[in-house]
Amino acid sequence: MKGRRADRFWLLLLFVLMMVTTVASIRYGAIDFSSHDMAAAVYGKLAGSNDLTLDQRIFIQLRVPRAILCLLVGACLGVGGTLMQALFRNPIVEPGLVGTSSGAAFGAALFYVFGALLKLNLGGWTLPLAACAGGVVSTYIVFALAHTKHEGRSSILRLLLTGLAINALFMSGIGFLSYVARDPQARSIIYWNLGTLSGADWNAVLVVGAATVLGLVPAIANAKPLNALMIGEEEAVALGVNVGRLKWIILTINVMMVAVATAFTGVISFVGLIVPHILRILRGPDNRFLILGSALLGGTLLSVADLIARVSLRPAELPIGIVTAVVGVPVFVSLLRTREYLS
Amino acid sequence: MLRASNLTFRAGSRALVDGATAGFEAGRLHLIVGANGAGKSTLIKLLTRLIRPHEGTVEYDGADIGHWSERELARRRAVLSQAVEVAFSMPVRELVMMGRYPHFGARPGASDLHICEEVMRYFEVDDMADRSYGTLSGGEKQRVQFARVLAQIWHPLESAARYLFLDEPLTFLDIRHQIDFMNKVRSFASQPDVVAVGVVHDLSLAARFSDHLLLLHQGRILADGSPAEVLKEEYLRAAFQVSPVLLTNPATGERHVVFEPAESRVVGRPDT
Repeated sequence: MKGRRADRFWLLLLFVLMMVTTVASIRYGAIDFSSHDMAAAVYGKLAGSNDLTLDQRIFIQLRVPRAILCLLVGACLGVGGTLMQALFRNPIVEPGLVGTSSGAAFGAALFYVFGALLKLNLGGWTLPLAACAGGVVSTYIVFALAHTKHEGRSSILRLLLTGLAINALFMSGIGFLSYVARDPQARSIIYWNLGTLSGADWNAVLVVGAATVLGLVPAIANAKPLNALMIGEEEAVALGVNVGRLKWIILTINVMMVAVATAFTGVISFVGLIVPHILRILRGPDNRFLILGSALLGGTLLSVADLIARVSLRPAELPIGIVTAVVGVPVFVSLLRTREYLS
Repeated sequence: MLRASNLTFRAGSRALVDGATAGFEAGRLHLIVGANGAGKSTLIKLLTRLIRPHEGTVEYDGADIGHWSERELARRRAVLSQAVEVAFSMPVRELVMMGRYPHFGARPGASDLHICEEVMRYFEVDDMADRSYGTLSGGEKQRVQFARVLAQIWHPLESAARYLFLDEPLTFLDIRHQIDFMNKVRSFASQPDVVAVGVVHDLSLAARFSDHLLLLHQGRILADGSPAEVLKEEYLRAAFQVSPVLLTNPATGERHVVFEPAESRVVGRPDT
């Protein structure tokens, strides 16, 4: 089938694009590595050598896991955006909408304020755990408040509006915490709200990688029923979709991917919003293509943004949230203007 | 054969459909008429299991559909709703293919592709197959939706009837397409294994095309029978609260219903 072959071609193209940006991303940064340096570091590590140079250790323990984490977090956000827009049948939805990312940010803010206040000696896992717990709790609150006995046409709309309201509440909580926090903590909260990959290590790669795989597989398996939802909830039921069950599967996938990704990198907005749109403009709204495509393009976009964040103010780096919009908006707006996408 | 027994559906304390019992035979076109809020759409949704009744049962071929799986049901019954809003525009061909979703796994087979081409030709939308749905006119969109719905039940099933439901399908069509559409529905419904039930507003159209009429009033079935049996002055006056004038076309014997404009009494206001 012609359309299917074209889909495969586009996925291959996106994959190649992702690999190219990844190579660039591990090569350039505060220190640039030549291909010889990179090969030597990888070879040394694989050979089990103990006398790696400082640069080689930076490469293996910081640069490479950071590049991979970038791909994984970008994939989580891109897929989350695709799933949420399909589920809510709404183009302005982003993955944090059901309260996940504002809850995670609130959890992180609590960690910064009370960690400093109680002078706790906290290990490296506490911040991700606090953020993940915040994301899950806030999402649960949204679901519990939106749930009524009369499930019907308005149930998804109610969820959307409850999400907006709870987001606003958690944002004001974050505002309060950063207002009462001492200066270094307040700066940490603001910095975390703009997203950063500077904490990347192999543990983070492992956890986010597991979440990415665990999310992607059932998401792809449910692509066809999600397509049916595009023509309406009742129409999807008429086409044989168990919409109630589908809704819970998709929301669970999204919460897991977004809460875990946000826990390690802070709030990175905009990627989840624009990645699905860029792909829909290029290839149409078929979720069988969009889900995998948005994983690849999300990773690519975040890699490019991270590269810019690291090299533009060398040796210092920018929070990635400042860069994502600068990278994504020009592409997005020019595509919106040239294609008959919104007709 | 479709059978509804004692169907009741309530919203709060108000019964939108109240103890409806009726049978719908295969090979005939059944139309439901009634005033706004009489419960027509609710009845269609109960018959298709888009909503579940508080009391009563719906039977397809003598089997209660209450515990069928969504997909099992979707292979046998198709529903055209009043207004379908497509969230993200897509090519017409892909939208029509959605009608085949209950019949294939990940990707459509050769027979699914073939059926889509056939229904698109039948509804004269094959020339716009590659156009984006969002660029079509209201009437074209409605024809594409009908093509999608019929694709779902285009071929006869082994030892099971097919069920077609239409909830006010004529809203966006001009008069030529209304008649064209009703002719197509009628010829589809005349197949011996098809049960077709629809809701229409225009009583003259209902009289002309239906084999069987159901007149609803305040959630109850007020009259049930042939167009001649149902379209009587007393029933229509009770159901619509205006005086009907029944005319018979001398050339064809068809019945037409018009309403006297003089008696525009506001419903619900107590008489003084």
